[in-house]
Amino acid sequence: MERKDFPKIGEQMYCETLENGLRVFVIPKPEFQKSYAFFATNYGGMNMRFELDGQWQDTPAGVAHYLEHKMFDTREGNALQNLAANGASPNAFTSSAITGYYFESTEKFEENLRILLSFVSLPWFTQESVDKERGIIGQEIGMIHDNPDWRVFSNLMSALYVNHPIRVSVAGTVESISHITPETLYACHKAFYDPSNMVLCVAGNVDPEAICRTAREILPQSSGTAARRDYGQAEPHTVCKALVEENMAVSTTSFQLGFKGDPVEKGPEKLHQELLGDLACEVLLGTSSPLYARLYEEGLLNDNYGYGCDTYPGCAFLCAGGESRDPRAVRDAVLAEGARLVREGIDARLWERLKKASYGSHVRGLNSFENICVGQAQAWFAGYDRFEFPSVFAALDKSDAEDLIARWVREERTALSVIRPKEDLA
Amino acid sequence: MPGVHLRAIHTKKFKSAYLSVTCMTPLDGARAAENALIPYVLRRGSREHPDMEAVSAALDELYGGSIEPMVRKKGETQCVGFAASFMDDAYTLEGETILEPAAKLLGELLLRPRTQEGVFFQAYVEGERANLVDRIRGQVNDKRVYATLRMKQIMCREEAYGVDVWGDEAHAAAITPQSLWTAYQRLLARSEVEVYYCGSADPERVERALRSALAGLPRAEELDETPCEIRLHSAAEPQLVEDAMDVTQGKLAMGFRTGGITAWEEDFPALVLLNAVYGGTSLSKLFMNVREKLSLCYYASSVVDKMKGILWVSSGIEFDKYQQARDEILAQLEAVRRGEIEDGELEGARRTMMTAYLTTMDSQARQEDFWLGQAAAGLDEDPQSMARRIEQVTREQVSAAAQKLELDTIYFLKGQEG
Repeated sequence: MERKDFPKIGEQMYCETLENGLRVFVIPKPEFQKSYAFFATNYGGMNMRFELDGQWQDTPAGVAHYLEHKMFDTREGNALQNLAANGASPNAFTSSAITGYYFESTEKFEENLRILLSFVSLPWFTQESVDKERGIIGQEIGMIHDNPDWRVFSNLMSALYVNHPIRVSVAGTVESISHITPETLYACHKAFYDPSNMVLCVAGNVDPEAICRTAREILPQSSGTAARRDYGQAEPHTVCKALVEENMAVSTTSFQLGFKGDPVEKGPEKLHQELLGDLACEVLLGTSSPLYARLYEEGLLNDNYGYGCDTYPGCAFLCAGGESRDPRAVRDAVLAEGARLVREGIDARLWERLKKASYGSHVRGLNSFENICVGQAQAWFAGYDRFEFPSVFAALDKSDAEDLIARWVREERTALSVIRPKEDLA
Repeated sequence: MPGVHLRAIHTKKFKSAYLSVTCMTPLDGARAAENALIPYVLRRGSREHPDMEAVSAALDELYGGSIEPMVRKKGETQCVGFAASFMDDAYTLEGETILEPAAKLLGELLLRPRTQEGVFFQAYVEGERANLVDRIRGQVNDKRVYATLRMKQIMCREEAYGVDVWGDEAHAAAITPQSLWTAYQRLLARSEVEVYYCGSADPERVERALRSALAGLPRAEELDETPCEIRLHSAAEPQLVEDAMDVTQGKLAMGFRTGGITAWEEDFPALVLLNAVYGGTSLSKLFMNVREKLSLCYYASSVVDKMKGILWVSSGIEFDKYQQARDEILAQLEAVRRGEIEDGELEGARRTMMTAYLTTMDSQARQEDFWLGQAAAGLDEDPQSMARRIEQVTREQVSAAAQKLELDTIYFLKGQEG
């Protein structure tokens, strides 16, 4: 295996592409009790339309997530229980862009890895089991529907985007999942769970070569062809709706504010854009920015607040959200601060300070195996290595951030999503 | 320093260093809101760094370290202080050290607040008081957490445990800069103080840095004790409380007394394993039967409070499944009581709990929280030893622990009629 060293951040990474196209990354962590394995496909909630065997297929919203739930079923039973029986904590998630399956364990790592690779690569669906899952997922949809954090973000996505499937909920709706059959799931598995469309990342007290050996043994020898995807019509630069408001049984008003950006193609440029976008957020509205201090003191923001730059194939945006008694005032203040930064430029001392702070946060983030492995899987699908961030940081320039703010932080690219308490709530 | 205890873990496996300073005070309905507010007001500014921008700038210069107010409940002890996480000295770009300035900043925030007319700066108290009131009101937003919170309040309404870690709205709204200042003086002087460090610095260096950072800490003649009341039994009949709200999914919470099994008892590992077998893992009776087999709920899990000696079940269900779900949750407990635990269930639960204890050492925040819990309980047993004790627990001991459980309170959050 190829070994890459990243001495500045004290990391090493072994990598190899197997004959079937699977990309394998291993990050040795000999001092830890636990090991963590993450097996992911470059397929998520937004890949609803794709070409398989020469046919374009339109699948219902929520199918990637439904498939994730059903993958744990095996001919013999359920893989979740097999892993849990070894004391491993297995789980999975589906985002807009990827579906990932993982476990953490302190013993029997190789056996657990075999179970993981095996159940994710071998689909086993019956009409009965697919129908039964509908109730469980229906409950999950009901539960996230009651969650104000989820609703406010989901509403923001459908306000920011006109065509891009990021605007569709990853879980789908009770109606959309009613159209899912075993055949739909088999087709999606065939299209996207091909080794060449997948990545395996492991961190822990493990032998890198042994991981490749296990993967070669369990997974198919050769690969099919990757399905072509369609994200719909070209997305305009402007937002779909500037404001979405909804009432829920909550006590405080919450909001998500989004700025629609220009996506870049796959490659290291993507990492540059993410780090730059995060830093632009820090400068503009971050917790140590002058604007945040002012809004906090005016009681317009509190410490329940988060922000960042998100990128997916075909879309990129900045968002910030939390609680506020007047989200529109927050939005107007951010737009005004953006205009000021463009007019006056970013203070050079503030820029250097925030860059140092952001660098430190990224280094500290490497404590988490999940962070490392999920980050590297996403990085691989986006065409770069996660551990390259120190050199990208060194090259980040203040003028790039000013330029990004000038292009993205504009009224016609801004959407605000608000959840307000219902009047009748005590 | 009397009543100040340092636990320094020396390790190079993390990218960060973790530092916390926590005042241990008895949970008390009249004082909980004030105590909870103190670290938030302190975090707003010190004499040297008088506002948030100045504090943030200082943290940015330390490679984006964080110093966060921490308010936790361990049994009937309210734990109030700060937790800080900084990039470890090993990774600074120009060989700077971070531990000493970080400890200094933490000590400064804790001991030298910005003042006005001899008490806390008024605007900070007003702003953070409003945030605290919002936080207390906001507990209703997460229905899953809210339902267990209500259940615990109802179940322990005559015990200190029934007091929420943030206090209540009436007490929070009544806080003034003067009253908070008095509470702050009392908290600093009368609390046992737990100090924790985990990182690459050797313990002598850590001790030096913290002695200097905490030099101004006042110490009273007598420190507050932090006991925890244990009730062995529930009333003969469990109480049932229902609330109606505009929600699409019902939430069911059921509280049990453990019959006196707590962290101090010999049979505590059996309770831990019982909880794992019953509802603590994705292999548990509740998950496998109530969720997977019968599709009665989206989630069903159980949690144990090791100091208080209570265990509770939390579940998300359809409104009309209430009776069925409740009966099934109790039927699963009956099965454990009868010793109907398959080998796979028992061993899976055992491995999961042992892993949970062992991997505590892999996370600085979890390790800190574990040791704070041990400090609150006055125990010194490490996670490895707990893992070894869990390895020894037998099926009979698990069902014996289950037989001691007594259902005390059922809380159901349902939808509004019509």
